[in-house]
Amino acid sequence: MAVRTAFENSSDIGVFSKLTNSYCLTALGSTNFYSSFEAELGDVIPVVHTSIAGTRIIGRLTAGNKNGLLVPSTTTDQELQHLRNSLPDSVQIQRVEERLSALGNVIACNDYVALVHPDIDSETEEIIADVLKVEVFRQTVAENVLVGSYCSLSNQGGLVHPKTSIQDQDELSSLLQVPLAAGTINRGSDVLGAGLVVNDWIAFTGQDTTSTEISVIEAIFKLQGQESTAVVNDLRDTIIDQYS
Amino acid sequence: MEGEAVSFKPSAPVHVVLCADCGVPIEPNSANLCVGCLRNTVDITAEIPKSSSVTFCRGCERYANPPNGWMLADWESRELLAICLKKLKGLSKIRLIDAGFIWTEPHSKRIKVKLTVQKEVLANTILQQVFEVTYTILGAQCPDCTRMAAKNTWQTSIQVRQKVPHKRTFFYLEQLILKHGAHKDCVNILERKDGLDFYYLQRQAALRMLEFLQNVVPIRYKSSEELLTTDVHTGSSKYKFTYSVEIVPVCKDDLVCLPIKLARQFSNISPLVLCARIGNSVHLLDPFTLHTTDVTAPTYWRAPFDTLATVGELTEYIVLDAEPVGPTRGKLVLADLQVMKASGGASDDEIVHTRTHLGHILQAGDTCLGYNIRESNFNSDTFESLNPDRLPDVVVVKKAYPNRRKKNRPRNFKLKSIAKDAEDSNVEGAFGRGALGRRGGVDTDKVEKQYEEFLNDLEEDPEMRAGVNMYRSQEQKDKAEEDMDESDVGEVEVDENLPKMDELMEDLEEMNIEE
Repeated sequence: MAVRTAFENSSDIGVFSKLTNSYCLTALGSTNFYSSFEAELGDVIPVVHTSIAGTRIIGRLTAGNKNGLLVPSTTTDQELQHLRNSLPDSVQIQRVEERLSALGNVIACNDYVALVHPDIDSETEEIIADVLKVEVFRQTVAENVLVGSYCSLSNQGGLVHPKTSIQDQDELSSLLQVPLAAGTINRGSDVLGAGLVVNDWIAFTGQDTTSTEISVIEAIFKLQGQESTAVVNDLRDTIIDQYS
Repeated sequence: MEGEAVSFKPSAPVHVVLCADCGVPIEPNSANLCVGCLRNTVDITAEIPKSSSVTFCRGCERYANPPNGWMLADWESRELLAICLKKLKGLSKIRLIDAGFIWTEPHSKRIKVKLTVQKEVLANTILQQVFEVTYTILGAQCPDCTRMAAKNTWQTSIQVRQKVPHKRTFFYLEQLILKHGAHKDCVNILERKDGLDFYYLQRQAALRMLEFLQNVVPIRYKSSEELLTTDVHTGSSKYKFTYSVEIVPVCKDDLVCLPIKLARQFSNISPLVLCARIGNSVHLLDPFTLHTTDVTAPTYWRAPFDTLATVGELTEYIVLDAEPVGPTRGKLVLADLQVMKASGGASDDEIVHTRTHLGHILQAGDTCLGYNIRESNFNSDTFESLNPDRLPDVVVVKKAYPNRRKKNRPRNFKLKSIAKDAEDSNVEGAFGRGALGRRGGVDTDKVEKQYEEFLNDLEEDPEMRAGVNMYRSQEQKDKAEEDMDESDVGEVEVDENLPKMDELMEDLEEMNIEE
């Protein structure tokens, strides 16, 4: 399932929000924006209003998955405390002293693997591996070093920059162990990280996203009829378990 | 085939994305839209009008070239395309790649232009589009044709007059004008009694001509204007301007008798003087003392003096003896002279003693021209007032070359004329010499004769030639080639005064240069 939404008339919702399988962060400000997340996710995971370092561009400043959340060194103690209070206890929160402080732009991750900017500090790399409990690969996407901006990942699949060659897609796909597709968001925009936030069962896209793009997203992230297939797969697994 | 290893290389798989709008697989581009969707989204030609008009003057068949020019242009020519493109307003905002005509029937009064344009859309995506613009040809009258239709062709005229019986000055003036290209903006030249009228479209051009005249001849002028129309609301009026220019009626080689008082003023020169040269002032020379004076145009017109005798009244004399006296001035040498009339009966067999400024060229046996003072009857009060005892018998003016010209020998040079077809025998009713002598009858014969004299003068006077552009004549060129073959140069009389071949210019028009 994919939902179109906008943050104060901006389609770059990935800038103003962070979505994982265990929590969702949204920027302060637009109430409609928060409501659209709350309506879809409220029953399942906490949706948290927050700022990072006093700014609203939280999606670009933070990186996280179901296991943890990395925030830049500029995050205030108050914000950190607020996040600690709001997020589930299983989520580890860690401040990162990194020169490339827009962590959302330099890190793209799902719950198992992370692609990072090639120039990132080795200490940060260790922190990422420890906190997010992921394998870390230094990579580029279509020769762009800002891997977080130009790709969007979930445990089901990934969408990469439209100019990524087939070879690169194959390589990334074998690293991530999920199927990948090249695609666009927000009617032809190639900054996928800014236009799209996704977890294993839902995706939020910018208001300008066309139905073609939505269909690509739903296909690659396995969002359409996901419940039913999941049921069938689960059923089959249990049946096989029982009768084997 | 056996030794060769055949290997199969699969072509690199083409990676595609779906067009964001229609879902068609496309190669990713910067907008990530297929061309069709991009076209649907943005129309880069929206700001350009698809129909326009060009103005065409039927009278002169020229197209209006904005802002205010008129240009001759063929159907489907580059010039016409330039005019058409100038008319399109929005073209400055986009990049024009190509433009060309689509053929249309000229009578349809439509021009169709196919344009290819490029523009950047949606952040570094360049879109190229081809479209058509239709122009309607609107008929209009250009300002020049309007003026022509209103029989109102000129705005300014210059009336140049010299009140003398001959036309030498104007022959020379025509050549001067030609040499300096002063006639460029002139729309018409008409011959009038005692002179020429020059007509101009613009007053500025006329003023330039006036300035030119002031520089080459001593003149005075009066300007007058005629009010054509006036608009009381805007305070603008239209005028016709006329400049009446009078050239000093004293010519080169004329004999002048100055009033005593005036002669005193001109550095106490003797009253009986020759006009040695006309520049932008009158140069007077006393042939008996080599005393000279310059009379500028304003000075002349404050107290005008008349000529006593003109070139027509010159008599031929034969020099019997020439003896330099001593004083010289420049190349002029004062000399005592014994002369005798060249023609005439026994009664004229009388040796006359006189003095001359031509001591440097006259020798015994030469022929010269002079004014016969003693036997002439001058109708002049100032001349009467001179002391008759102190008057010379003869005033020698110049050396003559009576036998030099063979009648049938053509000149090796020719002159151009302002009036182009004057000498063109193919044109019916064309006659006269240049701008002059076109009124026919007796006048024409007189002008012909005077033109011949003018050409003689040119041949004999290198100083005069300096102000004139002379061109090699075709016949002479052919002749020269013949001479080379037959090598009978001995017959040709050699005179250092004759214009040399290398002094002459090639006539570009006659070379038939093909462009």
